Amino acid sequence: MNALLRRLRAELFATPADGALSVALIMLLSLGAFGFLRWALTQAQWAVVKVNSTLFAVGRYPIEQQWRLWLLTALLVAASGATWGLLRAHPRPDRTGVLWPRNDRLALVLLALIALALPSALGLTLAIQTRWWGLLLLLALCRWLAGRFGANLSSTGRRLAALVWPLLYLVGMVLISGGLGLVTVSPSEWGGLLLTLLASSFAILLCFPIGVLLALGRRSELPLLRWGSVLYIEFIRGAPLITLLFLGQNILGFLLPGGLAPERVWRAAWVLTFFAAAYLAEAVRSGLAAVPRGQLEAARSLGLSYPKALQHVVLPQALRVALPAMVGQFISLLQDTTLLSLIGLLELLGTARTVMANPAFLGRNGEVYLTLAVLFWGCCAALGLSSRALERRLDPHAVPSAT
Amino acid sequence: MSQPSSELMIEARAVEKWYPNGFQALRGASLTVRRGEVVVIMGPSGSGKSTFIRTFNALEDFQKGSITVDGIVLSNDLRNIDAIRREVGMVFQQFNLFPHLSVLDNLTLAPVLVRKRPKAEVEKQARALLERVGIAEQAGKYPGQLSGGQQQRVAIARALCMEPRILLFDEPTSALDPEMVREVLEVMQDLAADDITMVVVTHEVKFARHVAHRVVLMADGEVVEEAEPEVFFTNPSHERTRRFLDQIL
Repeated sequence: MNALLRRLRAELFATPADGALSVALIMLLSLGAFGFLRWALTQAQWAVVKVNSTLFAVGRYPIEQQWRLWLLTALLVAASGATWGLLRAHPRPDRTGVLWPRNDRLALVLLALIALALPSALGLTLAIQTRWWGLLLLLALCRWLAGRFGANLSSTGRRLAALVWPLLYLVGMVLISGGLGLVTVSPSEWGGLLLTLLASSFAILLCFPIGVLLALGRRSELPLLRWGSVLYIEFIRGAPLITLLFLGQNILGFLLPGGLAPERVWRAAWVLTFFAAAYLAEAVRSGLAAVPRGQLEAARSLGLSYPKALQHVVLPQALRVALPAMVGQFISLLQDTTLLSLIGLLELLGTARTVMANPAFLGRNGEVYLTLAVLFWGCCAALGLSSRALERRLDPHAVPSAT
Repeated sequence: MSQPSSELMIEARAVEKWYPNGFQALRGASLTVRRGEVVVIMGPSGSGKSTFIRTFNALEDFQKGSITVDGIVLSNDLRNIDAIRREVGMVFQQFNLFPHLSVLDNLTLAPVLVRKRPKAEVEKQARALLERVGIAEQAGKYPGQLSGGQQQRVAIARALCMEPRILLFDEPTSALDPEMVREVLEVMQDLAADDITMVVVTHEVKFARHVAHRVVLMADGEVVEEAEPEVFFTNPSHERTRRFLDQIL
């Protein structure tokens, strides 16, 4: 207790000026917090969120097919838990790791609180509430199992385990859209968070290889390739996304081979992809520029061919340098999906606008926008945190991992 | 010290090189290196020593003259270049270790990818090589966690892991703190006792004196003097060599 007081004193009240500033800041912050809490607890009417929670989550996805989304969520949760545990069971060879670091325990407690409190606060039926608890248990179980037994997994086994993620993405696509014996759910029925995550993950996954190729093209010695890349990057970066989205709705059907862009949703997703690729290419280019020339020379002098030298020596280093910039692009890409509402798609913002247009919820904009902001913040925070964890894991100079 | 055979490993004839900006770095440089021979190239900075040995494994191109390495004539044919690079190892002034790979992976990368050898076998050889250069216990670390001298020894082991017939050293000790120079030179001296062919660009007079079979002076893009170390340092035949030795001794 005394130690805490001393620390507070040293950090907040070291000099009279510091003290005055601290007091003023604390008062300002508590005023803001107090005002917000008074609004959130007494004036706001959260019915708009409670009633429409399913709409925000998945849009007008047919209710009798929603088990598919639950199944997909369960698969994703299981894979996340297993990956989490495996990463802890296999710290980098030069570091010592702890199976259950304090932050991991904290994260699990937080997730538990959310899974227990949020569904009941949203007034979901008991059946649905138990599903969320089940998901939490699944996460904890997979995390525990992978941590407990994952250390025995060979490096080949781990590489195979990583393939679960691309596989899961394909499975998820089938589960969401149907096919292979499942009833088709047309993209026009997808909405809310589901559509937002789908469009952004699609664009993020595809813009990455395109962006890397564009960056390499821009540094190529072949004039046609170089000028083609430059032209593409500069054109896309010079045009606002919204005009490209409208343009895409009008002409993309002609540009892509038939069948690839039949639906409005997919057309928009492709435009997002091509848009993000140009920005990503610039991020990757800065990473490539940061790799010293000697690296390529050393790889070549060992007999590696140019493509192999790129793949094993230059790109791993360049991408690590470019990682923060790339994740910044991904985060703004995620937020750019809100523009899809302007071309009539019902992703999160589009759904929110239909809800607010409902006379029953007139004037409840504050609650809706706050919910939206928190949802987006959650997604972006997840991206940002995982990128920082990845950076730490890839950092060649970092000290042993913290406990 | 093992004696070189008469078989020619490197034969460079009247090599001329211009940089794109018009500067001529090599003005008819010639050199022959026999199998198992250790040749040290000395010379003032800007004399083209580094450029010269970098043409031996095609890191630099050249416009006139000819170079034959281990019987393969260097041309612009890419397959030809890859074939030569497999036989010629290079150690750089700045080490150029791959910072994102562990020490062990730095060694095994090329043999596994280029020579298609089984990983387990290469790892065994890599550990033996690390043992030989005196850093077996650092195999799991990353280059950034090692001292400069240790990094350069890893770089030598990495080049050796490809089992090259020729090793080129481009000022291997110039970027090192003085107290680390010796550990690297000792490793190089140990290698010289084997019958691997070595071409070393260096300013280390002691190394040149005691390890080299032949010392070469380059100046202004040409080979000025070639002699056995004893003759080179005590009784050089060219005025240019004498001036250079006056400056460094």
